[in-house]
Amino acid sequence: MSEPNNHSTHEDTTTGLNHRKLLMWAFLGSDCMFFASLIATYLVYKGKSVTGPDPIDLFSIPVTSVSTFVLLMSSMSMVLAYAALTKGSLKGFRVWMLSTAIMGMTFLGFQVFEFRDFTVNEVKISCEENSPKYIELESKLSSKQKSDYKKQCADGIEEAHVEFGMTPRTNLFGTTFFVLTGFHGAHVTLGVIWLLSLFFYSFKRGAVSAERHLDVDLAALYWHFVDIVWIVIFTVVYLFGVYEGF
Amino acid sequence: MINEETSNHPTPKTYVLTALILSVLTAIEVGIFYITSLGYWMIPILAILSIGKFALVVMVYMHLKYETKLFTILFLSGLLLATAVVFALMILFRSF
Amino acid sequence: MTSFPLQISRPIHPTGIWNWITTIDHKKIGILYGVSAFILFIIGGIEAMLMRAQLASSNLKIIDPELYNQLFTMHGTTMIFLAIMPMGAAFFNYLIPLQIGARDVAFPRLNAFSYWTFLAGAIILNASWFLGGAPNAGWFGYAPITGKAYNVGHGIDFWIISLQVLGIASLAAAFNFIVTIINMRAPGMTFSRLPVFTWMSFITAILLVLAFPVITVALIELQFDRFYGTNFFITSAGGNPILWQHLFWVFGHPEVYILILPAMGIVSEILPTFSKKPLFGYPVVILSGIIIGFMGWMVWSHHMFTVGLGPVANSVFALTTMAIAIPTGVKIFNWLGTLWKGSLTLNTPMLYAIGFILTFTIGGISGVMHSQAASDAQQQDTYFIVAHIHYVLFGGSLIAILGGIYYWFPKFTGRMYDEKMGKLGFYAFFIAMQITFFPMHFTGLNGMPRRIYTYGSEYGWDFWNLISTIGVLLLAISMVIFIYNIVSSWIGGEKASGDPWDARTLEWSISSPPPEYNFAVIPTIEYRDDWWEKKMLGKTSEEITSDDVHLPQPSYWPFIASLGLLIAGFGIILSIPVAILGASITMIGVYAWSFEPVNDPH
Ligand SMILES: [Cu+2]
Repeated sequence: MSEPNNHSTHEDTTTGLNHRKLLMWAFLGSDCMFFASLIATYLVYKGKSVTGPDPIDLFSIPVTSVSTFVLLMSSMSMVLAYAALTKGSLKGFRVWMLSTAIMGMTFLGFQVFEFRDFTVNEVKISCEENSPKYIELESKLSSKQKSDYKKQCADGIEEAHVEFGMTPRTNLFGTTFFVLTGFHGAHVTLGVIWLLSLFFYSFKRGAVSAERHLDVDLAALYWHFVDIVWIVIFTVVYLFGVYEGF
Repeated sequence: MINEETSNHPTPKTYVLTALILSVLTAIEVGIFYITSLGYWMIPILAILSIGKFALVVMVYMHLKYETKLFTILFLSGLLLATAVVFALMILFRSF
Repeated sequence: MTSFPLQISRPIHPTGIWNWITTIDHKKIGILYGVSAFILFIIGGIEAMLMRAQLASSNLKIIDPELYNQLFTMHGTTMIFLAIMPMGAAFFNYLIPLQIGARDVAFPRLNAFSYWTFLAGAIILNASWFLGGAPNAGWFGYAPITGKAYNVGHGIDFWIISLQVLGIASLAAAFNFIVTIINMRAPGMTFSRLPVFTWMSFITAILLVLAFPVITVALIELQFDRFYGTNFFITSAGGNPILWQHLFWVFGHPEVYILILPAMGIVSEILPTFSKKPLFGYPVVILSGIIIGFMGWMVWSHHMFTVGLGPVANSVFALTTMAIAIPTGVKIFNWLGTLWKGSLTLNTPMLYAIGFILTFTIGGISGVMHSQAASDAQQQDTYFIVAHIHYVLFGGSLIAILGGIYYWFPKFTGRMYDEKMGKLGFYAFFIAMQITFFPMHFTGLNGMPRRIYTYGSEYGWDFWNLISTIGVLLLAISMVIFIYNIVSSWIGGEKASGDPWDARTLEWSISSPPPEYNFAVIPTIEYRDDWWEKKMLGKTSEEITSDDVHLPQPSYWPFIASLGLLIAGFGIILSIPVAILGASITMIGVYAWSFEPVNDPH
């Protein structure tokens, strides 16, 4: 560890590779199976919900595109933090590391906002006879929501505001969506804690340094993995979800 | 080769360039999404774009392209099996 | 380096219970695994005996149906997850570092954490007996009978949480062994020279890390359904119970190879030693192990032939299942080829290994029988399946493990077992096993369903059931002989030399039991069966004691992290504040652990 050359990572192991890094890659392979099982559950249940709402009733692609972009950029910021550290710039490391963690928290903020938004979702249905919106949604509305609509319209208003939210209990889509994205969010949360720990730890002399870049490397691998899982979720759940042909 | 593990890593310039490509790909994805005339073609196009993003992050940001094959084997064995299981289950549940 | 607030002084306990709690020595952890698993094996065996007592004759009322359901669920879960898997882990722990010429595993503290977490899972599962009843839905817990609507008590909750905790333990151990085998081999120990047991353990560990996440997700889904009212397996909301079956068996079939591959490895070590020949076709044995590991992913729906997946799916899975019998058959011929023209020593471990080949072959044949989807429709959920699973798991995995215990007993304990009693125990065990399980083929083909708590005399199942019950009594006697032999020899057996069998692999090149540091000098490997070849060439040298050994130091944190999981496990089921307390303890444990250096700086 006393060797100043930060390029040398040869370890005294059979393969010359670091134990922990090997473990991290094996873990990421294993975690692929974890998310695959959740995604498979989501996909085989797609379109099998008995009541609404469906993805198309809730998703806002522009909003999620922004949070996806933020998470992608956090990956860049992460790798720049690592690059700064290997070049010996502790200051650069701190700046990029903090920005990574902040972007991670931003992503989580978006997710919390989105989850809340889904649970309190409402639809406006006009009270006219054979309202097209009502006909469109009729098969998705629960009997309680339908009677609520009729009760509101009976008061003589033009447009009823019908509660059309989704929790994990509402339907299969809610169940599979919240559990899949929730576990991704849990991974992000763990990542943020890890990144912040390293950030604060770096203020202790010698705790984070070019020679000990592996500590950061492992956190970075985990962080990028969380990002690529989101790349899949964004396409498969959000984009394909709103696209009706799928 | 192995003890130069970090020295052949790309420069920050490559990282920023990769981020640029990733952003553009995401923009294309979202853009394509609004071209309804594509019909069913949208699914393979979006799939290929996101596989491209996935591969870029893994190869450049996670340095898999620059490091020992063993890491690639460990990761790919999980990733390919995972993909196979998803498709097998979708076929068994007649999701296609 | 030492200002982390949670830093407490290193445990220094050369002996006593604290030594065992804080140990990170792979050999001690191996012993802990082995002894705990054996105790749990006895508990599972008692559950089996109670069931056999109830089934001894028609219309008995020794056990009521509800208790019977709990017994078969606990018997299956205990034997698979708490007995055979951890017994395998005991061998991995003790032997892998010795066979590859290492001083410990790659992550010694993670290894301790694996053991204590396994124990936590075992405690959570068995505590269910005293906290409102054990789980009662069978070891594969099919939806929807595990759902809250059909299963109101806490039994299933304990089952879910304990399996999750055991999953953490198994995953941690498997990652550890993957890294150990890749990265801790002595110079010259290439993969083409790796002992077969280590090879099979390596494949097992890879299967584990890929298979366990699937059951983790299945259990999470079930847990969310039960605890938080989600809809994964709720048919009224569109949920599909078949999804549970798929997820369970995507895990479950690789799991059976997780159970059998270590056993195959053990047999592949015993046979060459006592045949005085190298293993016949080493590369083929390894290759067929890899093929089994790979193809094990393509056959899972053979557990679901009667579900109605359709002719195409059934045909595909029938074909892949028949195909996977090929590499397994290849191995059997390799073992026979090893025996062929060998100079055989028929002592206790060798008898167990030969017994393994016999019974495992019978189990394999009945397995191929129900790989035909059409004939499986007759056998599904009958005692024929029960016969099959016991021939491959009891007559396969367990018999090899018992043989392995005898084979490495001198290495583990530094003492010899009693050969006469060992042989007597083997013959009693082997005969009792056939008496117990062979008649189940008949009762099964005569239509007796599994998991029924009693049956009418008009079916004509009385006779063979009575025979099975008598067989279990004999099995119990044979196990008493086994336990007596092991315990008395451990206490007072004659001292064993380092290499009592004139064996082949590296673990026999050091004293019995091995010193704490295993190898005074890390050996350089030049041959497959290096120790044997060097003995033949007269190249073995007297051991030199080296003082330049830095062993990883003991630690409290793995134990504390596992303790937190134990508390959190109970808490999730019974009280949320307790769960938060447990999770916090684990967090503190993991945090302190990651800031504690493996070795204090000198
Ligand atoms: Cu199977």
